Amino acid sequence: MKILVGYKRVVDYNVRIQVKPDGTGVVTDGVKLSANPFDDIALEEALRLREKGVAEEVIVVGIGPADLTAHLRNGLAMGANRAIHVQTADAVSPLTAARTFLKLVEKEQPGLVILGKQAIDDDANQTGQMLAALWDRPQATFASKVEIADGKATVTREVDAGLETIEADLPAVVTTDLRLNEPRFIKLPDIMKAKSKPIDVIELGSLGVDAADHIKTTHFAAPPKRSKGVMVNDAAELVAALKQKGLL
Amino acid sequence: MSKILVIAEHLDGKLNGSTARAVSAAAAAKPDAIDVIVLSDAPDAIAAEAAKIDGVTKVLAVARAENAHALAAVIAPQVAKAAAGYTHVFAPSTTFGKDLAPRVAALLGVSQVSDVMTVEGPHSFKRPIYAGNAIVTVEVDAGSTVVATIRTASWPAAASTGNAQVEALSLDVALPSHTRFVNLQQGKSDRPDLQGAPKVVSGGRGVGSKENFEIIYKFADKIGAAVGASRAAVDAGYVPNEMQVGQTGKIIAPELYIAVGISGAIQHLTGIKDAGTIVAINKDGEAPIFEIADIGLVGDLFKILPELEAALG
Repeated sequence: MKILVGYKRVVDYNVRIQVKPDGTGVVTDGVKLSANPFDDIALEEALRLREKGVAEEVIVVGIGPADLTAHLRNGLAMGANRAIHVQTADAVSPLTAARTFLKLVEKEQPGLVILGKQAIDDDANQTGQMLAALWDRPQATFASKVEIADGKATVTREVDAGLETIEADLPAVVTTDLRLNEPRFIKLPDIMKAKSKPIDVIELGSLGVDAADHIKTTHFAAPPKRSKGVMVNDAAELVAALKQKGLL
Repeated sequence: MSKILVIAEHLDGKLNGSTARAVSAAAAAKPDAIDVIVLSDAPDAIAAEAAKIDGVTKVLAVARAENAHALAAVIAPQVAKAAAGYTHVFAPSTTFGKDLAPRVAALLGVSQVSDVMTVEGPHSFKRPIYAGNAIVTVEVDAGSTVVATIRTASWPAAASTGNAQVEALSLDVALPSHTRFVNLQQGKSDRPDLQGAPKVVSGGRGVGSKENFEIIYKFADKIGAAVGASRAAVDAGYVPNEMQVGQTGKIIAPELYIAVGISGAIQHLTGIKDAGTIVAINKDGEAPIFEIADIGLVGDLFKILPELEAALG
């Protein structure tokens, strides 16, 4: 079977985000961009399933501007067989991303779609669930363990109460949590090999996706800052300070 | 005229406290009605609890055997059907709500507002992005249904002195059988619930091992606190995943948060920003946690925690 993997490019997780003074966005010029960490985990899981013989082909999908190619090459260097670049100059909403994936799913007929549970830029946590809804297929979000056998995925999910296991008939959508796996590092020879792997470029406009957005972001602000507090010297002082605040 | 449908979260026949927080957010939009929908195989007791939440107009109880477990693929089509006639659908931003609400939104053909912190108006909301390092204001088109998850740490639980009516609701929806519940391994604990506790003690990598974490539990029990952890401590296997506090774990707002042996990565700080008082205990005086702590104490946690216990008598 084929596995489709969402591979989003985001501001690197180590970057300290600055909001533009005029409130129109965050500063992204000259800022390091990387793969969304949850998407690296998604790709790693797909590659492991291919290595186990469960899947034959792993396809990374990116939605973004023309310069997304270099990012997709990283996904190919990590081990994906090929990439699909859905080209658009504009940032897309999770609903548009889900509708775009649905078009690709209809064309590629994957047995599994693995996406990160959320992208660390908009923190929306929506695309996988939306794709599963539009596709009318199972979803297994926040996965920390995935086993594929007999046309079914058995997925352990990290939920607030603990660990939930569900069973889903394939094809299905899985979204990854942090502890699903540790993504491999890209090796230099793989970067060379990736140069000859195919990247299909498709214009978003040519897919017939309704890209209308019902939600507009009108203002960006820095979060309220917590002021630096006081230091105490020992346990007795700490207890006294907390008692004074009525907390103990 | 706006009407808000709040999806109740529950487990083992009990209503989750996140529901009353979502009702608070709904009330902030000043709607004409707030209805709570309870989907379960046996909704009566849960619906009775939901009926007590202040501000609730009525509770809709949907009893169906397929609702024995909260599978999004099964619940979402029912909520989407029930949403007809409502201008808004709210769910708590817990793993339950995060799993379910986008599926509902997609079935309704709309985008979703995730993690609502502030309700500016019926169609205007504030929410965090970039792990809370920026707060955006979003406007939803007046003509489309607002589907939103509510960042529970930003909202107090509505009081439970109400007395709303409960109505049985029957929804004619075919449900899929492609997704099946297998089991739930719950951490059994007599300690307060991490998401609602007024006091939380969390341990990080500095605690060093699963065995050493006993010192955190012991201190937490002394002051009646819930226990949390940083991602590093969960990844290292010191504690189970449900104890993780941070951007991708639980976002909490206790009155008192005591971070022990936690350096304070941005992703962790996101989860505790709304805490009343933050105390940091760490041997590294340069740790970023001290930049946001209200009270800091530099030193060896294995020495300080027993001293704290002794000082408390």
